[in-house]
Amino acid sequence: MALDSKIPGGSVSDKWTNYKDHINLVNPANKRNLDIIVVGTGLAGGSAAATLAELGYNVKAFCFQDSPRRAHSIAAQGGINAAKNYQGDGDSTFRLFYDTVKGGDYRAREANVHRLAEVSVNIIDQCVAQGVPFAREYGGLLDNRSFGGTLVSRTFYAKGQTGQQLLLGAYSAMNRQIGRGKIKMHNRHEMLDLVIVNGKARGIIARNLVTGEIERHSAHAVVIASGGYGNVFFLSTNAMGSNVTAAWKIHKRGAYFANPCYTQIHPTCIPVSGDHQAKLTLMSESLRNDGRIWVPAKLEDAKAIREGKLKPTQIAEADRDYYLERRYPAFGNLVPRDIASRAAKERCDAGFGVNKTGEAVYLDFAAAIERYGVDQARLKHLDENDTALVIKLGTEVVANKYGNLFQMYEKIVDENPYATPMMIYPAVHYTMGGTWVDYNLQTTIPGCFSIGESNFSDHGANRLGASALMQGLADGYFVLPYTIGDYLAPDIKMGTISTDSAEFEQAENNVKQQIEALMNNGGSKPADYFHKKLGKIMWDKVGMARNADGLTEAQNEIAAIREEFYKEVKIPGTADSFNPELAKALRIADFLELGELFAKDALHRNESCGGHFREEYQTPEGEAQRDDENFAYVAAWEYKGSPSDAVLHKEQLVFDNVKLVQRSYK
Amino acid sequence: MKLTLKIWRQKNAAAEGKIVEYPIDGIEPDMSFLEMLDILNDELIVKGEDTVAFDHDCREGICGMCSLYINGEAHGPDRLVTTCQLHMRKFKDGDTIFIEPFRAKAFPVIKDLVVDRGAFDRIQQSGGFISVNTSGNTIDANTIPIPKHDADRAFDAATCIGCGACVASCKNSSAMLFVSAKVSQFALLPQGKVEAADRVLNMVAQMDAEGFGNCTNTGACEVECPKGISLENIARMNREYLSASLKG
Amino acid sequence: MAKSALLKSSIAKKVAMALSGLFLVLFLAQHFFINMTSVFSADTFNSISHFMGNNPLVQFVIQPILIVGVIFHFIMGFVLEFKNNSARPISYAKNNGAANSSWASRNMIVSGSVVLAFLLLHFYDFWVPEMVYKYVDVSPLNETRYFHELAEKFESPIRTGLYSLSFLLLSLHLWHGFNSSFQSVGFNNKYSKSLHTLGYAFAIVVPFGFIFIALFHHFNH
Repeated sequence: MALDSKIPGGSVSDKWTNYKDHINLVNPANKRNLDIIVVGTGLAGGSAAATLAELGYNVKAFCFQDSPRRAHSIAAQGGINAAKNYQGDGDSTFRLFYDTVKGGDYRAREANVHRLAEVSVNIIDQCVAQGVPFAREYGGLLDNRSFGGTLVSRTFYAKGQTGQQLLLGAYSAMNRQIGRGKIKMHNRHEMLDLVIVNGKARGIIARNLVTGEIERHSAHAVVIASGGYGNVFFLSTNAMGSNVTAAWKIHKRGAYFANPCYTQIHPTCIPVSGDHQAKLTLMSESLRNDGRIWVPAKLEDAKAIREGKLKPTQIAEADRDYYLERRYPAFGNLVPRDIASRAAKERCDAGFGVNKTGEAVYLDFAAAIERYGVDQARLKHLDENDTALVIKLGTEVVANKYGNLFQMYEKIVDENPYATPMMIYPAVHYTMGGTWVDYNLQTTIPGCFSIGESNFSDHGANRLGASALMQGLADGYFVLPYTIGDYLAPDIKMGTISTDSAEFEQAENNVKQQIEALMNNGGSKPADYFHKKLGKIMWDKVGMARNADGLTEAQNEIAAIREEFYKEVKIPGTADSFNPELAKALRIADFLELGELFAKDALHRNESCGGHFREEYQTPEGEAQRDDENFAYVAAWEYKGSPSDAVLHKEQLVFDNVKLVQRSYK
Repeated sequence: MKLTLKIWRQKNAAAEGKIVEYPIDGIEPDMSFLEMLDILNDELIVKGEDTVAFDHDCREGICGMCSLYINGEAHGPDRLVTTCQLHMRKFKDGDTIFIEPFRAKAFPVIKDLVVDRGAFDRIQQSGGFISVNTSGNTIDANTIPIPKHDADRAFDAATCIGCGACVASCKNSSAMLFVSAKVSQFALLPQGKVEAADRVLNMVAQMDAEGFGNCTNTGACEVECPKGISLENIARMNREYLSASLKG
Repeated sequence: MAKSALLKSSIAKKVAMALSGLFLVLFLAQHFFINMTSVFSADTFNSISHFMGNNPLVQFVIQPILIVGVIFHFIMGFVLEFKNNSARPISYAKNNGAANSSWASRNMIVSGSVVLAFLLLHFYDFWVPEMVYKYVDVSPLNETRYFHELAEKFESPIRTGLYSLSFLLLSLHLWHGFNSSFQSVGFNNKYSKSLHTLGYAFAIVVPFGFIFIALFHHFNH
């Protein structure tokens, strides 16, 4: 099947308006005859479910957590971008569009990104109307801060808990519709298969995680908003339950999976402390506004620090290497995430790492504390030469900005980040790849849509900070509600879809057989054992730096683990009860397939771009070397029975508004 | 570290539960409490026993999914943390640790340490929102300036993660801190004032219907709240409720 | 729904507890001032007591309100305690209440019950004989009998001891209850801090003042 991205005609800035003017609409009386399933209740799923219900559709929403409010969007810290230009610093829709395309290393679809930039302003208006308590200035107007990869302040935030506040906004909008009966909420449910009837997505099979019951749910359209697949690395900043299962199941039913190798490694996470570790914790990118990243300039200093003989505060200014400021003077510590991550890895690989494992760099606030302290002292007419006073005043300012993050750091690491620099290291954070969707956010399965992080659409090969929240809410609040109506318009007279068809029967049996096989295999190893093994291969060979040999090995090794998994995994308890180990194993089974496709995609893409860095393809300075002639396309993979047999389809990317150049932040 | 865990085991909602003792060894101070339970569970699997079920998800203290009543306190002995952010350095070698589910009639046990906090969702559904449809053409976000002080207090109330530690800690299993946080967030913002009266009346009615106990101002909730939600919110809700009722 | 819900709602009950409690605090304060006069002057004490015992407004309006207030506060206290206990059918195997709240706040039912027991004794000692004297036997007016009746009661060391113990518990009850009642009615603002200090001071000064009066008469007569 040829890929049709269905991008409307016209100039990039008119496409979305023209599109909306000409789509089919469903009249309000008919909307109540149409059912829509939404899987996932994060920013994308939650906002979509609420908006679709407001419009009048009957929404059936599903989440694996005990409440929609707990989706992992809640953990997003830094902020959400919008081209409001409230700061008057030259921001505009075009500039947000341009920054995003450039930030994505020219591997995103222009039309989608421009639409995203257009609706970004509506998101802020909508959220404020909902009562989201964004940070404000003393004049009562909204405050902004700047994020990596941009030269303007366009990020709206609510301290270090922006994702939480936005999600609770969407959750409250959902609650209003649940209360009205327009959303039927299914908590603690996991989607385990998609049901296709006559070529269209018409329902899902879900497991009730409390009772273990396998349930059939039908609808006129199915929306997947199940987030990203960063947990394929085992250790990531994703929640423990974040999984690829819903997205992978639709892939196996015919939805193409695009660019799986585009993974964001976030530069500022708390380093790994030991083998027991179950997950990694992010320190918001906003910290790079005020924190300076460095390692010792001398190898012997780094060694002494690792051995505990030297403290970071004892290293003289001249003996520190502020490597981001050195390499990228224009953007300094605010270079995009992929660049900051690779630079940290480069220094640590060269032996300058600063924790026991040698995999950490410093994020230092001493300069910011001093700068703010002096400001405050002047403001309050106090003695700016009194060091203790300046530090005290400066600490207050920093605490006010990032207090909750510093507290989180202290609880985990047991060190006071006001007094000694934080230690950070890159960790898997976000996946730009995902199910392929056209301009309507529809996958290659008619009636099956994919929104938010679970699709591939807007970020290209790298995502700029504060853009994920923007995309999730844009898709859910402002894009899908239009595009899904266009799809549903012909279905208004269909009536309720029966769950008694052979297709539902077949899908349910499919799920039951897989569970049966896992429960009764006579294995002896915990599911986590396989997940950790997979994660190690992914991190070592498919992580921040990849090469052809490693990727080939990884594919074979992952296939082998998968085989071992089905034979050896041990799941205690029963299938017809609350069984967290069974739920986990079902997710790991899908990661074990995705991981292989991931490596295959990374191997085929013979270039470096954004989050995908192939050691063979770099500039003499060690920057990513794109190959626009041969790889300016979206790689969409079709499932053919096994990840290794997946067939590649290409969607050529056309850039009419942005000139492709070597990305530079120098 | 070597520890003795005394854990509440209960097969399902209908079954009787009891405390079961598990010795555990090799625990390091840098581990989180839940990582310690992960280790216990892996050991149980290898032994062929059923694992201890507990709720958890983000493991960075924000989703509100983890619970656990540890040694007589919600989220354990540390302050301003959820269980997932509690680290084993807060315990000593040889300690005995009681691990129980959050207990309240309104939070029935599903299995072991997992409880059903659906009552919280139902309270929010009864009025924890501002009735504004998604249109993309609401007024510009900067049309109504909001004093920073009010916005900050609304934010502080809004940081509630809905974990239920307040209910678990309260000797009366009262949900007042949780409900008042949402009531306060909206009562402090001009957008929320329009429906403030109906909101507080409906949310309190639902709270009562769920079977939570009555607040007696012991203040335990505020101390145990991982987000430090202030008792001030309860006073504000009482005020809002009284004025809404009297207005009728 | 608003009106009918108000009577049943948890918040209304708690406000009713608070208001009846505050009313009893006022009563306690005036009772304390009257009793205190007995330390300085038997005559003043007698004349105030006589006024309180024979003024129709006090006797037939304020006294019934007070009795209703007392009964309401106690019954409501027990009802709420029962309801609150039933909100947690299975209690914790290990609970560390001391980590997050004061003993006084967690044991209002204990301190309240002791105070109730004392009140019953107090009624038996003073109020019942007084009622019998005035309204059953219709004894003649005697404006100077009050001080002696008071002093007589504190002769017994056991009674004085019980009396002191009850006021100790009353102090604990007030320690939490006084401030708690303001929180319940939604009074929380910049004056709250000063009010808290006042509440704690009241919880100490008044009950210990009563104990002082008891001991004073015990040792001086």
